[in-house]
Amino acid sequence: MEQLRTIGRELAMGSQGGWGQSKEFLDLVKSIGEARSKAEEDRIISRELEHLKRRLADPDVQRRKMKELLLRLVYAEMLGHDASFGHIHAVKMTHDESLPLKRTGYLAVALFLDERHDLVILVVNTIQKDLRSDNYLIVCAALTAACRLIGEEAIPAVLPQVVELLTHPKEAVRKKAVMALHRFYQRSPSSVSHLVSNFRKRLCDNDPGVMGATLCPLYDLILEDPNSYKDLVVSFVNILKQIVERRLPTSYDYHQMPAPFIQIKLLKILAVLGSGDKQASGHMYTVLGDIFRKGDTASNIGNAILYECICCISSIFPNPKMLDAAAETTSKFLKSDSHNLKYMGIDALGRLIKINPDIAEEHQLLVIDCLEDPDDTLKRKTFELLYKMTKSTNVEVIVDRMIEYMINITDHHYKTEIASRCVELAEQFAPSNQWFIQTMNKVFEHAGDLVNIRVAHNLMRLIAEGFGEEDEGADSQLRSSAVDSYLRIVGEPKLPSSFLQIICWLYDVAEAHPTDDTVRAYAISAILKIFAFEIALGRKMDMLPECQSLLDELSASHSTDLQQRAYELQALLGLDKQAVENVMPSDASCEDIEIDRNLSFLNGYVQQAFENGAAPYIPESERSGAISVSNYRAQDQQETSAHALRFEAYELPKPSLPLAASQASISTLTTDLVPVPEPSHYKEGNQMSRSQPSGDSLSGEFGVKLRLDGVHKKWGRPTYSSSSTPSSTSGQQATNGGSISEVGQSTSSQARESLYGSKRQQGTEVSAEKQRLAASLFGSSAAKADRRGQAGRKTAKESSSTEKVAIANATPQPAKEQVIPSAPPPDLLDLGETVSSNPTSADPFTQLEGLLGPASASPVLSETPASSASKTPDLMSIFSDDVQTGVTGGTTEPSLGVNVVSAKKGPSLQDALQKDAVARQVGVTPTRNNPILFKDLLG
Amino acid sequence: MIQAVMVMSTQGKPRLLKFYSFQPPEKHQDLVRGVFQLLSARPDSVSNFVQADAIFGPGVKLVYKHLATLYFVFVFDSSENELAMLDLVQVFVETLDKCFKNVCELDVVFNFNKLHTILDEMILGGQVIETSSEQIMRSVEEIARLEKQSNTTSLIPKSISERFSR
Repeated sequence: MEQLRTIGRELAMGSQGGWGQSKEFLDLVKSIGEARSKAEEDRIISRELEHLKRRLADPDVQRRKMKELLLRLVYAEMLGHDASFGHIHAVKMTHDESLPLKRTGYLAVALFLDERHDLVILVVNTIQKDLRSDNYLIVCAALTAACRLIGEEAIPAVLPQVVELLTHPKEAVRKKAVMALHRFYQRSPSSVSHLVSNFRKRLCDNDPGVMGATLCPLYDLILEDPNSYKDLVVSFVNILKQIVERRLPTSYDYHQMPAPFIQIKLLKILAVLGSGDKQASGHMYTVLGDIFRKGDTASNIGNAILYECICCISSIFPNPKMLDAAAETTSKFLKSDSHNLKYMGIDALGRLIKINPDIAEEHQLLVIDCLEDPDDTLKRKTFELLYKMTKSTNVEVIVDRMIEYMINITDHHYKTEIASRCVELAEQFAPSNQWFIQTMNKVFEHAGDLVNIRVAHNLMRLIAEGFGEEDEGADSQLRSSAVDSYLRIVGEPKLPSSFLQIICWLYDVAEAHPTDDTVRAYAISAILKIFAFEIALGRKMDMLPECQSLLDELSASHSTDLQQRAYELQALLGLDKQAVENVMPSDASCEDIEIDRNLSFLNGYVQQAFENGAAPYIPESERSGAISVSNYRAQDQQETSAHALRFEAYELPKPSLPLAASQASISTLTTDLVPVPEPSHYKEGNQMSRSQPSGDSLSGEFGVKLRLDGVHKKWGRPTYSSSSTPSSTSGQQATNGGSISEVGQSTSSQARESLYGSKRQQGTEVSAEKQRLAASLFGSSAAKADRRGQAGRKTAKESSSTEKVAIANATPQPAKEQVIPSAPPPDLLDLGETVSSNPTSADPFTQLEGLLGPASASPVLSETPASSASKTPDLMSIFSDDVQTGVTGGTTEPSLGVNVVSAKKGPSLQDALQKDAVARQVGVTPTRNNPILFKDLLG
Repeated sequence: MIQAVMVMSTQGKPRLLKFYSFQPPEKHQDLVRGVFQLLSARPDSVSNFVQADAIFGPGVKLVYKHLATLYFVFVFDSSENELAMLDLVQVFVETLDKCFKNVCELDVVFNFNKLHTILDEMILGGQVIETSSEQIMRSVEEIARLEKQSNTTSLIPKSISERFSR
């Protein structure tokens, strides 16, 4: 008798009742749930892992126990602990004959390993064998694992079997075989390419599920090469039509929509196939129109199909009627209260305005609402839309908005993206240089470290060089305004370093920022330039004590670059006006340094050397030393001053260049008074100092045109040069990044003028602000303001969860109180009953509908009676129909003194209480950590 | 393509992780943490979509659903339709509900292997293969039935023999 009972218990255990796992696992979860700190949790799990390690290695452990041990291992690994010692056991388990063990093995292997793992080679053989199995479940498990584990080199081993399975009688197997083949194709297109025709064949499978699965690989194939699948357009359209006309079995309906996921996939495929193809698109219009007509905007999935339809229409050859329908649906989305639909609406709008920019105007206010929405995703999407529709007329508003938004972002990644977008838009559409500089300043101020360094250099050059127009006054005005703004900014405490570089480039601010070497280098250069400028003007300069101390400090710096700059400055201070002017021509910042690669200016010297009997050829390494050393001696006063500005320090040590560079710079002339020579340019690298003398209008004067072939002409960003004034010479385009459409400035400011005018006209008092924004965003033509009432956005979604609550409340409160205390800690083993299928009192499916909102849980709480154990009704509702038990022996286990379970056959209320009791026992019950753990997921 | 399915508690504890594009195991926890931070910062009653390119790379989005104490998160790239993914989450949860009869977090914790089985029926290699929860249920029940068969047959003789050998 005793033994029979034990067997019964074993049986109950075996069938995995309750929560299906043993007490040990429950205990593990309980203790993890109660862990107060991460450290404690880690301790628990490492103890568990130790335990598992021992047990798994134990050869006597029962096979069925192995399954659970492995699952616990998976659990531990999911929590982020290394369980690699168990991987081999998982592999071993896939060899097992018993189905559950094999499946568990495959599951663990698929979770633990990937195709590159060493152990995979051991699994491939098993997969191969299992693909031939009679039991289709084993085949399915093997296919699932194959999807995950078969790498490129293992594909040939299993490919024949997988192809064979494409015609397996079970549709589940066929479906998975198709997907496995697709996966192989993704891994290594070449090894499966001869089998691609199989996908076409499977498209005609008589099971719609298999057909739907086939669409996945076909979509990928078509994306790669649309042209070879044009013949399928008609078939796809026909399939779509059949689905839309509800010719599929009703089992494929989902929320009253016929096979929506297949519809979406088909629409995606059609969008690719119809792109730019008038004939193919012609086939689609009818069925697309049908979908729009039958479209169901009430359900989520209906909207998904409509959205996909819009995407399709915006991608295929445009048809005005279709576009109208799409625009109409888009506006429905935008006007919806649901954030999800608004999001989709914004996305759809972004697609449609590519075809017809006017569509946006109609929805301007809605778009602006989205811009102010608390939902961050929606905001981001809206900014994406704005980015797409930026024109020179609305760039100011949009970029201002973007910057404003950018300031508040904390996400580093996204901030970078927005900042670079701001820069891009500003560069492309800037209405005026003034605005451009101010915008860039703002961007640098808030996201300076995230912006590409090139942008900073561009900006420096822009300020230095002016804008290529004749009006010098405007230039200097601009510069002084830039100077003013920088002065203001310098006062602020924390600035990104690249921004500082710009500022330093104009001013000496080194004392404030003693840490960053680059910044200091810029600073010392700045001091140098200021002094050079002052000396050149013939003024007597007194060294400020701070500067002097900085200089001394830097002279002893570890950075050779800094040291050199410091010495240069000192040397410079000793020079007279003439020399300084030559060394630091004050208007030469962007003039290219001309380089004499042949060192022709040394010819005389070389000649002289020859005459003195020098060897005709000197190896390069020696030559550099020899020449440069002796050169300094030999040169006259000007050459010495070149010494003071040794450009070689800013470049990689290239032996022959430096002299040439200095030579060239000496020959430049000074015409302007603005102190902007710019060593940082040389620092920018060899690219610049070596670049082709690009015929800046000044450089023509020296005529020292030298051979500098094969040098990149890349100077500024391409966007810049493209917008430079057409009147400028070709050479100027390369150098002069600053010449942003001056023409555009005047026109756009006019446009703005008219914008503001129109704004005033449409001044409705409430949304005047918004309308102004809208008008400036969408252009003046958008005077009609279709304002929409924003009310009702907050209307609570009434969910049908009350139904469930009613059931829950039907259970009397006291009943629980009676049972719980009387229940001594029940042994879990005894509670291991089977979860047999018990018809639920209320169909969960119907309850589910309308429970889309996450807020659906709240009504349950609010309706529970306010008792001390206010959670009980919920609990009951959860369990009321859960555990219908039919366990044989385990009910009366006297040794453990548990009799709660004896009432098993009773009403479901009892079961609920039991489950509750067990839960309390296990400890996963409402703890302070997780008070609503028990709440039914669906409300 | 679907890149990952995650179920995590509102405390940030992972309840189910399934990656369809390979992620090194040591990165899993970072991903979970990143997603959780993203989700927990979002207020209620906003959209269910989040751009997750900071965590998973460019163009990757995620759809989540907050139900009782769990977040259900599907991570996918631009080749999927967001609303459809939202419905896929719904299919998943509906199936769980049918499977466990009013599913709660505990069911998810203790039966994560069953969750994996269900997911394997829905998604294979990152592609959706089945979206009808009845169909999924049928397959899962069939698997459970066959498993039980082979389980009991293998179990009884062994346990009995063990008893008797004592």
